[in-house]
Amino acid sequence: MDLIFEGIKKAFSLLVSFDPEVLGITFLSLKVSGTATLISLFIGISVGASVALTRFPGRRIVVSLINTGMALPPVVVGLFVTISLWRNGPLGFMGILYTPLAMIIAQAVIATPIVTGITLAAVQQLPAKLRLQILALGATRLQMLWILIKEAKLSLLAAVMAGFGGVISEVGASIMVGGNIKGYSRVLTTATVMETGRGNFDVAIALSIILLLLAYLINLVLTQVQQRERRR
Amino acid sequence: MNTAPSPVFEARNLQVVRGGSLILNVPSLAVSEGEILVLIGPNGAGKSTLLQTFSALAKPSRGEILFRGKRIGADIPVLQYRRRLAMVLQEPLLFDTTVYNNVASGLKIRGMKRDEIEPVVAKALERFGIAHLRDRSARTLSGGEARRASIARAFATNPEVLLLDEPFSALDPIMRETLIEDLEHVLRETRITTIFVTHDRMEALRLATRLGVMNTGEILQTGSSDEVMNRPVNEFVASLVGVENLLHGKVAKKNEGSFIASVSGQDIEAKGPMESGDSVILCIRPENVSLSDVVSGNSVGTKNMFRASVVRITPMGPYQKVQLNCGFPLVTYVTGHALSALSIKEGTAVLASFDSTAVHVIKKGPPDDP
Repeated sequence: MDLIFEGIKKAFSLLVSFDPEVLGITFLSLKVSGTATLISLFIGISVGASVALTRFPGRRIVVSLINTGMALPPVVVGLFVTISLWRNGPLGFMGILYTPLAMIIAQAVIATPIVTGITLAAVQQLPAKLRLQILALGATRLQMLWILIKEAKLSLLAAVMAGFGGVISEVGASIMVGGNIKGYSRVLTTATVMETGRGNFDVAIALSIILLLLAYLINLVLTQVQQRERRR
Repeated sequence: MNTAPSPVFEARNLQVVRGGSLILNVPSLAVSEGEILVLIGPNGAGKSTLLQTFSALAKPSRGEILFRGKRIGADIPVLQYRRRLAMVLQEPLLFDTTVYNNVASGLKIRGMKRDEIEPVVAKALERFGIAHLRDRSARTLSGGEARRASIARAFATNPEVLLLDEPFSALDPIMRETLIEDLEHVLRETRITTIFVTHDRMEALRLATRLGVMNTGEILQTGSSDEVMNRPVNEFVASLVGVENLLHGKVAKKNEGSFIASVSGQDIEAKGPMESGDSVILCIRPENVSLSDVVSGNSVGTKNMFRASVVRITPMGPYQKVQLNCGFPLVTYVTGHALSALSIKEGTAVLASFDSTAVHVIKKGPPDDP
């Protein structure tokens, strides 16, 4: 019990004193996961909406691949991104392994299928005749796509939450491709793993509390937006 | 002086095949400026397919559509064409935003500026009585309000052609009535060329300047409301436009300009150049059949008159549907007041009569070989 109590006490002192290392780790977590989520939104919404709106041979296989991708284990992503970025790997020439950029790539790979899958389901749920109505209003195909995405915005907010939630909390890929380098590629999850391993439970608890708070605050904001939209 | 107005809209040899079957087959159809063509038909008649093909939302398998003489997709780009018409579908399909933004959506799509949109939308909202709802979310509208918003959205773009696909279905009778009234008013005022499809006969008669009947992907007849209602070309059209008495018979005797047909052993006089032995269908609208009691009815004169027994009386809103047996079945509608004045009940004997001029004759085919 003492261990936990002491941990919480230490955590609050770290938080209240704005410990520069903890702050740095927190900002990097936000930067990496935020950027990865943005990339995944761009790719996921475009791909998800396109697959939802088109019929092509093998579509079912593509949809089931996307759905499988939603449960992609981060360590598997970490492994393949590491191999790709390895010195003599296909993308080794970029020299970005063990950098925050590599972490962004890995996290974007994790979040993209989640966003794609949710977008696909959301756009498919819109009434089929809505597309006809939008075209009948004189829309180009691009305008139609944009209006449909706007119509599915509530579900797409869920995609943002799920995508961001998935990557801010993942540790396997980040540690593998980022290397958990102090002051450079250390994020909340990788730091928590390391501090726990060292027996520094107080710091680990502090980092966990920040992680939970962060996840909660971001979801709180998005939920507010979503619920306000629904009430309108 | 007498030249026919050039059609706004013309379909030539239009065919749509889906899943191997022909679901739309329109050899030719032209719609003139300012005309309100109402097409009625049962579900699955191809009405919606026709509108979608006309609006270039569905590609025809064969044939072409001309808009002001230009072939759509060839002489005039599809997008440009679509922006000159408006379509209202069966469901309101409003966007998840305010009523104002919904009505403005077609104009925004056309890239119109905000300050130019404002007065146009305000006018459209006013016209359909929903100005007070402009800032309301479309999600919170009642069925009738949502229809008004969707029709206002179509009108806001100032279309040259308006295509309406059963926009009043699923509305309660009062809402439907007021909305039809408003639409009728706006259509007469704006004189927008309109194609309206419905399965409701009364709606059709209210709005049509020309009436058409569709079934199994084909337009069976078009003409003035009076023509289609009273002179249907076949049995299907007749039953669809409310001719409930379709009597199959054979011409027994030919007179000057008229003939006597035998229907279930009874003689019925009708007008028309038929030959003895011709098989005919006699179409009699129920409202043209009158009833009188057996004692006082003898003075009716030259009309076809039959002794009948009342088989069934069914209340149909303001009227009572009376099914009779005259040796052949006959249906008429009378008011409740007339029913009690004549003391008509199920089982009573009455005199049923209709004029020979009220009988529309459809010739079935050549005389049967003996």
